[in-house]
Amino acid sequence: MNRPSLTWKLYIGAFYLFLFAPLLVVAVFAFNASPFPSPPWRGFTLEWFTGSGSIAGKPGVLVDPIWLESIGNSFRVAIPVALLAVLLGTVNAWVLERAEFRGKTFVAMMMLWPLVIPGVVLGISILAFFSRVANGLEDWLQTDLDFLRPGLPLVVLGQLSFILTIATLIIAARLRKFDRSLEEAAFDLGASRARVLRTVTLPFLKPALIGAGLVALLMSFENFNTTLMLVGSVAPLPITMYGQMREGASPAINAVSLLLMLGVGGIASVFALTSKAER
Amino acid sequence: MIAKPAQRLTLFLLLAPAILWLGLLIVLPHVEILVLSFSERVAPRVYAFGVGNYLEFFTEPLYWRTFARTAFMSILVTALTLVLAFPIALYIARVAQGRLKAMLLLLCLLPFWVSELVRTLGWMILLRETGVVSYVLRSIGLSSQPVELLYNDGAVILGLVYGGLLFMIVPLANALESLEPAVVEAGYDLGGSRWTVLRRIVIPHAMPGIVAGCIIVFMLTVGNFATPVLLGGKNGLWFTEQIYAQFITRFNWPQGAAFGMLLLLLSSAIVWLGLRLTGQSLGTTLKQA
Repeated sequence: MNRPSLTWKLYIGAFYLFLFAPLLVVAVFAFNASPFPSPPWRGFTLEWFTGSGSIAGKPGVLVDPIWLESIGNSFRVAIPVALLAVLLGTVNAWVLERAEFRGKTFVAMMMLWPLVIPGVVLGISILAFFSRVANGLEDWLQTDLDFLRPGLPLVVLGQLSFILTIATLIIAARLRKFDRSLEEAAFDLGASRARVLRTVTLPFLKPALIGAGLVALLMSFENFNTTLMLVGSVAPLPITMYGQMREGASPAINAVSLLLMLGVGGIASVFALTSKAER
Repeated sequence: MIAKPAQRLTLFLLLAPAILWLGLLIVLPHVEILVLSFSERVAPRVYAFGVGNYLEFFTEPLYWRTFARTAFMSILVTALTLVLAFPIALYIARVAQGRLKAMLLLLCLLPFWVSELVRTLGWMILLRETGVVSYVLRSIGLSSQPVELLYNDGAVILGLVYGGLLFMIVPLANALESLEPAVVEAGYDLGGSRWTVLRRIVIPHAMPGIVAGCIIVFMLTVGNFATPVLLGGKNGLWFTEQIYAQFITRFNWPQGAAFGMLLLLLSSAIVWLGLRLTGQSLGTTLKQA
């Protein structure tokens, strides 16, 4: 099996072409001077990024408030999700790796559970549950509790429900590799518990904390299924993209997709570098 | 072990985030849709216990047909993904060496860092009537008219297989990695043909990876929303779309909750069945992935 046949090699080549073809056309047609993202090629333009709208009819994505607001909304969701995922994920990792108690296997299994629930079902269950809570509390408190209704706070909770599992797994994997004699040495040298945590344990965990944060940021930014069920009138980027894609083709969607690809590429390379440093 | 009160307090504080998370975001919401799915509207704003939502599913052909179609097509997509991914994973794990190997794996990962919507947009640009494939077919003279390749089952299957490939290749390559070259050579020395060695040695060895990949791809496919809706258009007919329609468009939450429970049941049942048929456990499977 060590000498691959020509057919096999050709198949590998065709496969990678298949893998990159969709991304390539998205990128290429972001620069086509035509009102539709389709051939023939009508010349190079940056109209879809920075245009004022005088030629294309619609302003470019970098000046169009619809797109800018959506990108802003995505950050307003992704940053709290990433911060909470790292913070709570560290505590969860501690529970998995350091704590001893009855029922630990059960807790560990429960933490994996969100990964096998379809995103749409996570979305509707959280929507239904928090609506019931809101109805109950509003009757009792006699005030409106808008943050429990569809909207960005609920999107944060919905995304956190499964992103937290992933952050926990990344941080726990790093904590497992930690040599505890380092902590003991620090205790023997007279350091307090808080100081050991701050100067020994957390610096060791740092690559995993950054990695988990970046993965959480990315997953939140790109999540569609769960988010779709929980948004109100304020839409993060994937929801706006979906709406525009259903309305009809426009190279503006290509332009925003290309920006997204560049952003993802940037985050992915930071992630690759930090995980290389870890080894 | 008798815990001191201080230790118990520490343990409780450490466990608090996990309990809040799993309780408030996972367990109670699922209890809520389970209860909701068994409630029927008997008068405006008055609900009572009943199985009407589930009866509605079985009596309305659109619902159960969409459900059966989603299940069947997801199995088909999983099988196709496995067949397409296997030669790639085998190449990455057994043939490619050093930098080529690392590069091939990285190239597989790259497209999947990009949003599902961007990948779907790419397929729409390629497949639509005025799209790239149709244009190429016309300019090389294979077709005289524009060809519409979008909004059919083929396009939906293509998009879903594309979306599942990575999640198949990685567990397969991981499983194949541990196969001893000596075992494969012994197979050849004993007179086995390429096919016999593949069937009797390589595939059995890759079984944990095959099961892990199939389970993940199936779950992702069944729960997908954007790909069937955008690539299939009106012909997409995916069950998640029915859940969305009941919850968001029609505001019939009990019906939507019943659909959600059915989707959860389908996805869990197939995962369980897959594990049973191949004698694998969920723990080792998730580790493989």
